[in-house]
Amino acid sequence: MTRADIEAKVRGVLVDALAVDDEDVTLKASLVRDLGAESIDFLDIVFKLEQAFGFKIGEGELFPNSFAQDPKFVSAGKVTGDGVAFLKQRMPKLDLSSFEKDPSVSKVPGLFTVEMIVDFVEKKLGTH
Amino acid sequence: MRWMWIDRVIELVPRTRLVAIKNVSLAEEHLHDHFAADIGRGLPATPVMPASLVVEGLAQTGGILVGHASGFAYNVVLAKVGKFELTRDVFPGATLRYTATAERFDDAGASIRGEVAMLDHARAAEGFVTIGSIELIFSHLNNSMVAGAGLENLPAHNFVFGESFKSLLRNSGFGEA
Repeated sequence: MTRADIEAKVRGVLVDALAVDDEDVTLKASLVRDLGAESIDFLDIVFKLEQAFGFKIGEGELFPNSFAQDPKFVSAGKVTGDGVAFLKQRMPKLDLSSFEKDPSVSKVPGLFTVEMIVDFVEKKLGTH
Repeated sequence: MRWMWIDRVIELVPRTRLVAIKNVSLAEEHLHDHFAADIGRGLPATPVMPASLVVEGLAQTGGILVGHASGFAYNVVLAKVGKFELTRDVFPGATLRYTATAERFDDAGASIRGEVAMLDHARAAEGFVTIGSIELIFSHLNNSMVAGAGLENLPAHNFVFGESFKSLLRNSGFGEA
């Protein structure tokens, strides 16, 4: 499956899960800010990706959903240094420079982009 | 007393499928308002089951399937309604059959596909005719999820699956839930 094929399928999943227009699903689009995703949509997206690509996604494997409950990563509503390192390792292409000035945990979902999902799927299919 | 929008469970394949029946009755008071006659405009009373209650019936059917899968250990809440389609009006006297099929379970919740079929007793020979479908996402609610939302300290008991749902399963012949 080529990268373009993966992008097309991911776009289809997001159009379906978030009821957005195809052209709004650009690689740089933020799932929360640009596409209006809410917390439960992340679970929906995971389920739909599994169906579309035929693999299983472990809990927290794509979206670090237990991240906020881990005191090592989040303290008093702010992401710790360890937490930022974890996010960087998880999403290497992410530009965290503005996030690091005010690393509120509530801003973490806003960091997730369409490209992050495409990268995730590509990596997952490659290591299958 | 709980708002029950299914009358009987007729099939239960754990973690896989649950089928329930709803008989629509003119004794349901809301049907007299939905829709009442409008004398001024010369419109007769037209009782139609609100589509939102069809969604609720499907959600209850799916919710029991999800709750049953964990032995009712979790409070299962309807978190998202995906696509919902209903192609026919439902009138008093009809029987609805809700089928919930599990697509995915995990620790966080479940994804369920629902289908609604209608038996119009005036056309019984046609049998159940599919009139709609839905996608539902259920979430297992726990204290860590609601922390910070002003909802700390959920009740210790399972407040979603109380006696009403357990009685329904028992009276439908599916044993002690």
